[in-house]
Amino acid sequence: MTQDTRPTVKLSRRTLLRGSAAVAGVAAGSGAVTGFPAVWSAEPKVLRYLGTAVNQSADIAKKVKEDTGITIEYVAVTTDDVTKRVITQPNSYDIVDTEYFALKKLVPAGNLKAMSGKKIKEYDNITPVITKCELADGTKIGDQGTAPKKVMFVEGEHSTKFAPSMTEWATLIPTTYNADTLGIRPDLIKRPISSWAELLNPEFKGKAALLNIPSIGIMDAAMVVEATGQHKYADKGNMTKAEIDLTMKVLTEAKRSGQFRAFWKDFNESVNLMASGETVIQSMWSPAVTAVKSKGIPCVFQPLKEGYRSWASGFAVSKGVTGMKEDVAYEFVNWFLSGWAGAYLNRQGYYSAVLPTAKAAMEPYEWAFWMEGKPAEKDIHAPDGTLLEKAGNTRDGGSFDQRMGKVACWNAIMDENDYMVRKWNEFIAA
Amino acid sequence: MSDIARPTDAGHIPAAGHIPAAGLASAAGAAPAATALAATDAATMPRAARPRGRHGWAPPAWLQAMPMGLVFALFFVLPLALVVVVSFWDYNDYEILPSFTLRSYTETFEGCYDQLPGLCTIFKTYVTTAELCFAVWAITLVIGFTISYFLAFHVRSLTMQIVLALLCTIPFWTSNVIRMISWIPLLGRNGLVNQALTQAGVVDAPLEWLLYSRFSVILAFVHLFTFFMVIPIFNSMVRIDKRLIEAAYDAGATGWQTLWNVVVPLCKPGIVIGSIFVVTIVMGDFVTVGVMGGQQIASAGKIIETRLNALQFPPAAANAVILLAATLLIITALTKVVDIRKEL
Repeated sequence: MTQDTRPTVKLSRRTLLRGSAAVAGVAAGSGAVTGFPAVWSAEPKVLRYLGTAVNQSADIAKKVKEDTGITIEYVAVTTDDVTKRVITQPNSYDIVDTEYFALKKLVPAGNLKAMSGKKIKEYDNITPVITKCELADGTKIGDQGTAPKKVMFVEGEHSTKFAPSMTEWATLIPTTYNADTLGIRPDLIKRPISSWAELLNPEFKGKAALLNIPSIGIMDAAMVVEATGQHKYADKGNMTKAEIDLTMKVLTEAKRSGQFRAFWKDFNESVNLMASGETVIQSMWSPAVTAVKSKGIPCVFQPLKEGYRSWASGFAVSKGVTGMKEDVAYEFVNWFLSGWAGAYLNRQGYYSAVLPTAKAAMEPYEWAFWMEGKPAEKDIHAPDGTLLEKAGNTRDGGSFDQRMGKVACWNAIMDENDYMVRKWNEFIAA
Repeated sequence: MSDIARPTDAGHIPAAGHIPAAGLASAAGAAPAATALAATDAATMPRAARPRGRHGWAPPAWLQAMPMGLVFALFFVLPLALVVVVSFWDYNDYEILPSFTLRSYTETFEGCYDQLPGLCTIFKTYVTTAELCFAVWAITLVIGFTISYFLAFHVRSLTMQIVLALLCTIPFWTSNVIRMISWIPLLGRNGLVNQALTQAGVVDAPLEWLLYSRFSVILAFVHLFTFFMVIPIFNSMVRIDKRLIEAAYDAGATGWQTLWNVVVPLCKPGIVIGSIFVVTIVMGDFVTVGVMGGQQIASAGKIIETRLNALQFPPAAANAVILLAATLLIITALTKVVDIRKEL
């Protein structure tokens, strides 16, 4: 019981802190050479940034420092712990990077402060995928689950009530989002995969994996249940108790017959499972697929006919952040939406919240590959220089509109969350 | 805690040479003799060891125990009391509501009566945990005892004993989790073990049960925690007076008889202390079970983790209380087998 309970997180936190400290050190060093008494030299611009390690890149921290002088101190924890921290230790961070589905817990708890759209330069250019759940051309996309538009706006700075449509006050200013699907190993499966039903196909017995976050795992299972025609949900992201029972029954049967090799919780776990051939089909995140590919192992983020399970994340400010600190927070968010970071995220296979600024910061051939689904004119590299795709290849799933247009549901917290968690424990014990 | 200041105990601790004798006496069932010996110890012990301060006055026992008592109250009793209190509170999606309810307990034991003779979630989980616990305990005990036996009786020089005992600690130089995770590439479907087995023609297809199974969980536990068995048992064993072994031999006992009738009874305190370490760790673990079991094996600790992650603190607290009760039951049973205090 005295063991280190979140080792990987701790490791990465340390590494990250060390990384950002180094970045800060370098920047401070160079700053000392160039000029002395800037206004903020007495009170350095520092933001404590709470979030998951996946989103906390040292490159971004370095670039922010260069462009704005803001020092980002990353606090890296797991998805669940972000929520826990926001609710239990609101003074331990200044700005939080979290997912929209957590807002159903975070906003009523009252520890966040809504951000004013008037102080966000690109507020009106935020993609309608997030603000209205539709594509730029007005096509509606799936809004089952906690679609961002349902929880993005509140009526006032300190309001804890969600507003039905766009207001000046945003709970989260979006940074990045994506459409998730199953990752597969085409070299080991050796046939086309086109449906979520394949996740529980006995053909892949002992070679499938699920995400071990109950609220997300159950939605993947719901995609399978619908794909096999066993049930049609009114809202996969907000099931009734009977629907939870049904979905868990399907999962339990699969588990008993040995369908699952493992459930993963950590990004790296999912990469290792796939790369080592322990699994050939599993729920996955886009950068994890990229990571498997960069090891030279074939891996496809397989588009499926039933559509994607989508998610979005963004920034919020702790209620304790005021005065100059608050200005710094807004400066940082504005910087984030101004293009460089968006381009950085797009190059990882995510999507950025403000597309025009990101486009301006990307090479046309990159934009064509990542966003328009066109064959790569040149080799496509990740921000760290790793070769991702050779010239001529196209992105899995195609263009932005093709991928985001096929979103079936969004990561969610159900009204029956408590019941679902109990059923999940029952499922694990089965 | 106040025992620390008792003269008889104080006599035992520094006077290491006397301990085997006392152990011998009590093992032989001669309790009065043991008392007599202890009394002699107290009488002959050096002045410095008596419970008396430098200036001839020692603060009363309760005062001496106070600092430790405060630490205990602040960091153990108080948090534990909070856990118990919270376990009776209500909650919603994002906050704990301080009003009394049995909800966390009733929901934890939901269906335990209706589903009979089938087992409900919590019982199933505890059965799994207990099975794992028993397997790990039995294996670490056998291995731990064997290693200690080798160290205590087959290694003659003290230096060598120390060197070898230190060697056992080498795995502890890296973190728990790294030691655990290093098994994964070894045991995986395309791991080293499976490659070796298939290439040697022992098996046709890779063995699936090597990883993400009870086997791998138990293996990791044994690897991680055998040392906790070795040290207390070794500690008990080196204190055994070698003349006892000789006496048994002279009396015509076979090796096994000596082991079973002389060595094992004298090692009981070490065995019980080691068992307490191993049992409490395994009962509460969720990391090893999670990583090595592919998150598919239920454990008491994992229920708590899932609840905590869902921000449901009261049921997590209730499960912690239940786990504590279960562990205490096991430890009480263990201490009934051997009165550790008396044997130390």
